Parts: sequence; C-alpha cells; structure tokens
Amino acid sequence: MPEITLAQGQAHIRMGSSIGQPLTRWEGVLKTTGTARFAADQHQAGMVYACLAVSSIARGRVTSLDVAAARAHPGVIEVMTPANAPALALHPDAKHHPFMFRLDLLQSDAVRFANQPIAVVIAQTLEAATEGAALLAPRYEEQPARTGLDSATPFTPPFIGAGSPGAESHGDIEAGFAAASVRIEVEYDTPAQYHNPMEPHAIVAAWDGDRLSIDTPSQGMAMAQQRIAGLFGISPENIHIRSPFLGGGFGCKGMISGPQILGIMAARLVGRPVKLVLRREQMFGPVGHRAPTRQTLHLGADADGQLTALIHHARTATSTFDDFIEPAANASHSLYASPAIRTTHDAVRIDTGTPLFMRAPGEAPGSAALESAIDEMALACGMDPLAFRLKNYADVAPMTGKPFSSKALRACYQQGGERFGWAARPTAPRQMRDANGMLVGWGMGTAVFPALMFPAQAAAVLRRDGSGVVEIGAHDMGQGAWTALAQIAADALGLDRAHLEFRSGSSDLPDAGIAGGSAHTASAGSAIHGAGADVIAKLAALAMGDEASPLFGAGNAGVIARGGRLHRRDDEARSETYGEILARAGLEEIAGRGAVAPDQAAQAAYAMQAHGAVFAEVTVDPDFGQIRVTRLVGAFAAGTVINPRMVRSQYLGGMIWGVSFALHEHAAMDKRSGRTMNANFAEYHVPVNADVPSIEAILVDEHDEHVNALGVKGVGEIGITGTVGAIANAVWHATGVRVRSFPITLEQVMGL
Amino acid sequence: MNRFDYARPATLAEAVTAGALPNAAYLASGTNLMDLMKGGVARPSLLVDIGRLPGLDRIELLEDGGARIGAMVRNADLAYHPAFARRFPAVAEALLSGASAQLRNAATTGGNLLQRTRCAYFYDTASACNKRDPGAGCDAVGGENRLHAILGFSAQCIATHPSDFCVPLTALDAVVELLGPQGPREVKLEDFHLLPGSTPERETVLEPGELITAVRLPAAAADFAAHARYVKIRERTSYAFAVVSAAACLRLQGGVVTQARIALGSVALKPWRARAAEAALCGQRADAAAFRQAAETALQDASPSGDNAFKIELARRVVVRALSLAASGTPARLPALPASAFSGEVAHA
Ligand SMILES: Cc1cc2nc3c(=O)[nH]c(=O)nc-3n(C[C@H](O)[C@H](O)[C@H](O)COP(=O)(O)OP(=O)(O)OC[C@H]3O[C@@H](n4cnc5c(N)ncnc54)[C@H](O)[C@@H]3O)c2cc1C
Ligand code: SF4
Repeated sequence: MPEITLAQGQAHIRMGSSIGQPLTRWEGVLKTTGTARFAADQHQAGMVYACLAVSSIARGRVTSLDVAAARAHPGVIEVMTPANAPALALHPDAKHHPFMFRLDLLQSDAVRFANQPIAVVIAQTLEAATEGAALLAPRYEEQPARTGLDSATPFTPPFIGAGSPGAESHGDIEAGFAAASVRIEVEYDTPAQYHNPMEPHAIVAAWDGDRLSIDTPSQGMAMAQQRIAGLFGISPENIHIRSPFLGGGFGCKGMISGPQILGIMAARLVGRPVKLVLRREQMFGPVGHRAPTRQTLHLGADADGQLTALIHHARTATSTFDDFIEPAANASHSLYASPAIRTTHDAVRIDTGTPLFMRAPGEAPGSAALESAIDEMALACGMDPLAFRLKNYADVAPMTGKPFSSKALRACYQQGGERFGWAARPTAPRQMRDANGMLVGWGMGTAVFPALMFPAQAAAVLRRDGSGVVEIGAHDMGQGAWTALAQIAADALGLDRAHLEFRSGSSDLPDAGIAGGSAHTASAGSAIHGAGADVIAKLAALAMGDEASPLFGAGNAGVIARGGRLHRRDDEARSETYGEILARAGLEEIAGRGAVAPDQAAQAAYAMQAHGAVFAEVTVDPDFGQIRVTRLVGAFAAGTVINPRMVRSQYLGGMIWGVSFALHEHAAMDKRSGRTMNANFAEYHVPVNADVPSIEAILVDEHDEHVNALGVKGVGEIGITGTVGAIANAVWHATGVRVRSFPITLEQVMGL
Repeated sequence: MNRFDYARPATLAEAVTAGALPNAAYLASGTNLMDLMKGGVARPSLLVDIGRLPGLDRIELLEDGGARIGAMVRNADLAYHPAFARRFPAVAEALLSGASAQLRNAATTGGNLLQRTRCAYFYDTASACNKRDPGAGCDAVGGENRLHAILGFSAQCIATHPSDFCVPLTALDAVVELLGPQGPREVKLEDFHLLPGSTPERETVLEPGELITAVRLPAAAADFAAHARYVKIRERTSYAFAVVSAAACLRLQGGVVTQARIALGSVALKPWRARAAEAALCGQRADAAAFRQAAETALQDASPSGDNAFKIELARRVVVRALSLAASGTPARLPALPASAFSGEVAHA
C-alpha cells in the first residue's frame, strides 16, 4: 500500500499487504475445468475457417498451385494466393525499425524457408479448409537449400539481439593471456530450437468496415496494434485485440506473426469472420525460433585460479531476408570478474525462417557454453567449480565497473549448495555410483538475467461504494500475471483483493508494454503502483483539504491507505473510508493514472540483474549412456517477490527448460531439404514428468532500492540459464566425458 | 484430411466384407491411423470401425497356461490384468514402457501390431518414400537416420518397426489369429511382419480385408514367467519410442540355461527374433560371458544404415542387460519405470 507524504515520494511497506502472498491463479479453476476461452475457442456468427498451405521446399519459388482442385472441394469458399491476396498498405518486407520483422504474407511466389505460408484456404469447416490446402499440391522451382552454420560465408553484424553492439570488449586481452598460466580454448554447439507453447498461434479476426476485432494470443498487444495498423492502413484505435489467456508464449507471441496477419487478410478477402489456427508442424518455421550457435570460449587464468582474460565468440545463423542475431556471447558480460573480456559475433544467412526471441534469447545458449567452459577451467586450475566461481566473483559489473543495484549471488551459492549437499562432491569424475551401479555426477552453474523494464501505463479508479478498479492491457502467458498484478493493484489502492476489479488482457486498456525480457511484472506492476499512488494522492488531497475530514490538515504528516480507508500517518486512529471522502466531495469516483519508464539515472549508475545458482545431479547408465537428471536445486535472488507461488513456478519451469536444452530439445533438420523432420510432439522431445523426479527452487531474499519502485526483477527466463551448464557439468562428473554439443545424447557418453 | 465413408459393422462377417472393399481401412482406436490421415499419409475412402464388434475385447487365460488376447483389448487393460501379467511379465512390462498412459488406455492389441514405422520421411509427404510411394526412392538414406535399422534393411527401405509389445510377443512365439473373406487362419507373429527387400510397401502378410481377431500366447510361453524381462533404451525417461529394446526370457536349472528366448525391438522393420543367440545360450552357465557371447551372436549380421552405428553396440549391451535381469529373476512387482534403465528407483509410475 502506498504511504503518501506530501514532502517525500512513496515508499513501500509490506505489513498486511497483498504483495508477498502465495495466491493461486485466479483463472486456475477456469483452466482446469476447460472453461477458460482461449483464442481458438472463440466463435463468431458467420465465422469460417482458414488453413495455411505451407511450402515444403526451403528455397525457390512456387510455380503452380491447383487452386481449381481446392476450390472444387465441398465447403471451400476461397483460396488466397499472391494472385488475389488483399492489397496491403505497407509492404511485408518493409523494415522501418529493428523490431519490424519481415513477414511472409503472400507478397510473391518466392519461397525463402520451409513451412513458409504459400496460400490460405478458407472453408465452411476446418476439415474442408485442411483438405483444400492439401489439394493445392504445389509445384516448385527448387534451388539447393543452404542449411547449417557452414553453408555460407559469415558476416559480422553490427547489432545483435535487441540492438546491442555485436562486438564489445574491455581491458587488455593480450596482456590478460600473457599473464595466464592456464589457458583453455573450447568450442560448444547448440542446436536450433522451436518455441512450442501448448497453444499454437491462433486468431479469430472480424472486420466491420475499417474496424477490426481480433481474438489472438499476444505478448504485446500495443505493438501488435501498431503493426496491424501499418499493414492495413488503418488507425491503431480501430483495432481491438482480446488476449485474456495465452497457452504459453516464450517469445513467439511477442511480435504478431505472419500467419496471424494472414488470418486477418483472409477475413478481409471473404468478408466474414475467420478463424485460423496453426497446426503443430506449422509452428516450425513462420513464427520464429532459437537459432543454432557454435561458440568458442578462450579463457586464461593465473596460478591462483583468477581469470585473466575471456574471449567469447558466437557464430549463429539468421534468415536470408532479415536479421535476428542470437546474442549468445553476451552471456560473458555479466558474471565473472576478468580484467579483460571480449565478446564477438558473426552469422551466416541460411534458408530458414527468421529466428526470434525465445525464452532467454542469447542467455540460454550463451550460458550453456560459458558455464561449461568455466567448469572446464576450474578443472584445469585444479579447483572445485564453486570455489572457482567464488574466486572469480564479480563485485562490480565486469564490463563496465558499475556497482550492482543489488546482488545476492553469494547467498544463492551458499543456500543452494547447502541444500544440495555440494560440499561432499569429489573433485574427480566417475567417483559416485548409486545402489544400482549407475554413475552419478554433480554439477553446477550460475544463473543470471538482466533486470529490465519497459514503458507502461495503467489507470486506477476508486468508487464511492468502496470498490476500486485497475485497468491495464497486460498479458497473462500462464505465468500468473493477472494474479500477481492484481496483488500489486490491491496494495496500490489500499484495498482488499475482494474489493478490487482488475481488468486486463485487452488492447483498449492502457498499454502495459510487452511481456518479454522477464520485465512484465516490473513494467506493468510499476505502472499500476504509480496509478494507485496517483489516485490515492488525489483522494488524500480531497480529505486533507476538507475541514469535515478527520484527516483535515494532515499535510506534512501524510496519510496511509489501507483496507479501503485513509489513515493519518502520525495517528492511525484518525481515519475514514474512501467512500466517505468521495461522498462529501459529491463524487461518484475518482481516477488516477500511472505511467512509468526505466529510470535513466539509476540505469546509468547501476548494473541491474537477477542471479541464481543451480545444482544438478545426474544418473547415467554406464552401458547405455542414458541420462536422467535425478535432482535439481536452484537458488535465485530477483528482488521483491510479489507472489512466491508464481515465482517458484517460473523458476521450476525455467529449470525444466534447462533439462530440455541440455538433454532433449533440438530441431532435426534435413540438411538437404532444410525441412525439420521432427516437427511434432512425439519426436520433438521436451522433458516429461519422469525426467524431473526432484526439483526445488529456493527464493533467496533480496532488496533492491534502484531497479524500480517495487524492487522487482524478472523471474521468467533466469531458470534456464545456469541449469544447462549445471547438467552438462554433472554429466561430465558422472562419466568423465565432456560433451560439447547440445543436446547431450546417449551415444556421446556410452563409451563406444 | 480426405473425405471418407464410415461404417460400423455389427458382426465380424460384415466387417471383413467391408474391410475388403477397395481402399478401406480398419479403425481401432485411431491413435496411429488418425495421425496418418491428418498428415495425408493415409487417405482411406472407407473407415471400418471395429470398436464395437462382439468378442474382440476379451482377455482369455487358457486352461493350458496360454492366453488369447482379443484384437480390441486396450494395451493398459492387458498390462494391468494381474493374472496375465503374472504369466507373461515381460509382455506387461513392454506394454507399460510404451507411449503414455493416455495412449495406452486407447491403443489396442491389433493396432499396436499394425502401427506404422516412425521414419520421419514416411510421415512427411513431401519426402520420397518407397513405402508410401513404391519406386519413389528413400529420403531416409543420407538423411536423419540416427534411429533407423541395423538389421534386415534393404537399399529400398531402412526403417524400423517401433512396437514394444511385439518384442516379447515374438520372443514367446505368439500367434496372430486372422479372419478374412476367405475365412480364418493363423500366422506366427515372427512371420507376420515382412522385411522390406524390394517391396517395402508390403509390410505384413495380411491379405486385403483380413482382420486381426486375436493374438495367442502358447502355454510354453508361461514357462518363462520367473525369468522374463524387457529393457528399452529411450531418449527421455518415459513417453518415447525405443532407440533399441530387447526382451529376454530364460529357463534356468542350477544356474544353467535350459531354454532362452531373445528378441530385439526398433532394430529392423520387424520385431527381431535372435534364434542363433538363443541356441548358443542353451546349456551355458547364465553368466556375463555367456550373455555377451549371445549378444555378439544376436548382432553378428548387423550393420549401420546411416548415422546409427552406435545402435549396434547399444543393442548388444541391451541384450546383455536384459539377459542379466532375466537371470536374476522377474521382480515381484512391476518396476515404477517399466523396462527403464532407471527402474531401480521409486518414482513416477
Ligand atoms: C505419441 C505416440 C507415442 C507412442 N509411443 C509408443 C511406444 O513407445 N511404443 C509402442 O509400442 N507404441 C507407441 N505408440 C504407438 C501406439 O502403440 C499405437 O499407435 C497403437 O498401438 C495403435 O493402436 P490403435 O488401436 O490406436 O490403432 P489404430 O490407429 O486404430 O490402427 C493402426 C493400424 O492398424 C490397423 N488395425 C487396427 N486394428 C486392426 C485389426 N484388428 N485388424 C486389422 N487391422 C487393424 C488400422 O487399420 C491401422 O492401419 C505411440 C503412439 C503415439 C501417437
Ligand atoms: S526408410 Fe522406409 S519408410 Fe523411411 S523413407 Fe525410406 S522407404 Fe520410406
């Protein structure tokens, strides 16, 4: 609840607050009973169904489509191809800013990656649309596909990820290596991975003149509005997006994708509401992915195990027609104190869909390689991996020398290590067996993720009946944003949760920024906090200026909002309800707004990031090389915890994704055709319950005065980082085999 | 999916008449067939639903010690049938190592035998596949073939049959009961699936319209109950097809093998009975050296069909493990993780 004094800003007090409570998701019952309506569950009168036809070649052009056969199929209404696709106001290949990604919207017959949309069939039923798409039987003029990291000449990108420089360095690298008595140079490979939320991209689009109404999952409704507005030449206000629930996003719903736009175009073409849902295999291509990397790490350390130099180079791949460069090497910027660090990137252009942000973009593959290399260096220095990390602990940000806004990483190491029992670990590999003779190994990794924040806005209203409303166009990806943000809102308004109406998930509400970069709680939460402070301040001003109020003249003493009442700060017995204040002022309600942006001064002064330490135990069958992660313990510090249940579930989910990255997940691409051969859930493996028999997340206490008003850092992505390396290091510790290619598969460790 | 007719015959006779119509397919639970239809790999014009035919859902434990399993018996119902599992523990273990609980609740005996290969190029209609389209070529050769065959393959097809269930069944001399337009007949499961040769499109000995009505285990199969195991290597702890699997069933007398049954899974386009290895093992002491020797014999004709040479040594080790586990005796209870390398642990069942 905000504590308002006229002289000072707001500070946060937590006693009796909603923040910090482990509430369950408010929509939990809806989801477990199947009554939550996701985009694909929506239905509109007169609605018809669209199905994409996608390319089976990776490069070339479509020479013919049997449109007649598709049209002749009973139920088919229309076939949308480059010949009849509605004209757009903006070319799909236009790129006015780095976040405008080029889309495939039937602008030509060219094919630039496998699974690119080449037509859309619209029909009375889903079945008819699907069969219509199959009947198109495309013919192609095919050119050889360029696949893999060696299939083209690399170029050096000036910018990577969300716009960081492609090469950065600090200190004197040559001097660092000259001072080193131990040097290693190692190369790690990570594969292409595809975001596969349970809910594929889906849209129900309906036009009314030049007004557009859509149901679609989105991690960034305001950005989607802008993009759609630009493409169709309409005003963003004419577009209403409803996105109350996402069945997962992981980055692939951050930017509106080509297939979603095709659904809107189809609706325009046939003049009726259209539903388009991607098939699982269509998730592998047009909606982004995590690019493969090949990373080289060159480390030097002195005789005491102190790093003297660190070079991290990442080769990655992007599409032939757009730029997204996985910023993998930047993982080496933030963790280990080396007097000299250099990170560089290069990339090849291959015949693939454009890669995009995927949960912990850059950090995930970068951390996998870095944390493995650090383990290799600890061994080369004859040190325990945790002792080596502590020896190289960064007390200030390694690249910039800035102090950290807060950093409880030592506590993470300590609490995680203790819980795991790390101290009992033998340094040499192949020393531990379980009762069945299985090899057992322990490994660890450090987790890190930047604490980001984006501009966001919120609105708050207090009503005479004692209730309040908070409105924000926030995005619930399943992470529990509705619940956690409503907790912040309840405190911001000084109301019990039951008296608060929380409106979210719709584009006609204030822009909450994008749900990405693990920044949604920080951004949207701060905006809500600000809106609450604003409306409470207005209410307090009314009361303090009203002679009839017990708060009259509270002035410099200030007031506290709690339980629907304002209290005098210096005498809490003097209070009155919001309703009383509004009634006397003759008001039905009073409104406030919050708008936040990152604090430039704080960002200039401090390095801001969340930290963690992950400890893994693996069991490996010595004959078969089959690996199982039998225990995972992660300890994370990420500032204020709004809802420990949600936060823990983010950490667990992140760590499980780490298991996936380390042991399972990869797109099996046919190098000849450029097609992904395991584009289904039977063969694109992610962990199942039996792969995660024991997993724990420890929430390490941390207070941060600088990141934002709430002291919140992000928790959504950090769990993957650290975990992949921890598992790889445990596999080495179990088997004595260092696998430098992910995922680690059984033939690499079965001792052939 | 193409448009198709749907028939739900009431009698076996009606079913086989309908099943013999051109381009008809029997529909059991559809866990494989529906996937194939959605992907355009199978395009039947008539689905003959055998789900309500009388008598196909019975598990009969025969007086002589054998068993007769109706074609529509669900995999889960069979595995959890206590008396069946006691007589044929390796079969129950294999069943429970397959797919997921949800799939096992649906998947049927007949459907499991007739499930198609998991070769990715077979499922991808844009790829060349001799099995789908005779004479088209085989894109698995030179492609993603890490999990493909190491035994019995041909230049025309290097795919495997992925069933777990079929592996102990083959080891135990199971017999498939068929009913066709020409009447009933029986085929040994070992002879039921065909190796690809130059006709990979011919997968089994089934004639058009022939229906599997039951699978029978002979009385002698129950003699192995005390020493029968199934081991399955997979790329995650559960819910994955086998990389390689093996069933081993032994009869021992004073530490000496008097009879052995060995079959391997996911190594060839049919469940692979290792008869020479069985013969070599008879009369030997049940020890590591003999098991390794048997494994060498079982794989003596193996060769890589692509990036899968590791499967050969892996298969040998799986045979050794299965034999060792079988020799040390069938556990009183099915392990929490059936057929798993990690079955020692008590974890998720
Ligand atoms: C994701 C996934 C994972 C799986 N993992 C495994 C695994 O690990 N191990 C394993 O062994 N299996 C696995 N399976 C395969 C599964 O066991 C089969 O799909 C199932 O057994 C098929 O049975 P069904 O009743 O659904 O057959 P259907 O799909 O209905 O039929 C399959 C085929 O058999 C024919 N058919 C069915 N019954 C008869 C009959 N009585 N007579 C003649 N023809 C018939 C049908 O026409 C069709 O061609 C998996 C399947 C999936 C989808
Ligand atoms: S291996 Fe067999 S099933 Fe696979 S593509 Fe070749 S012919 Fe088809």
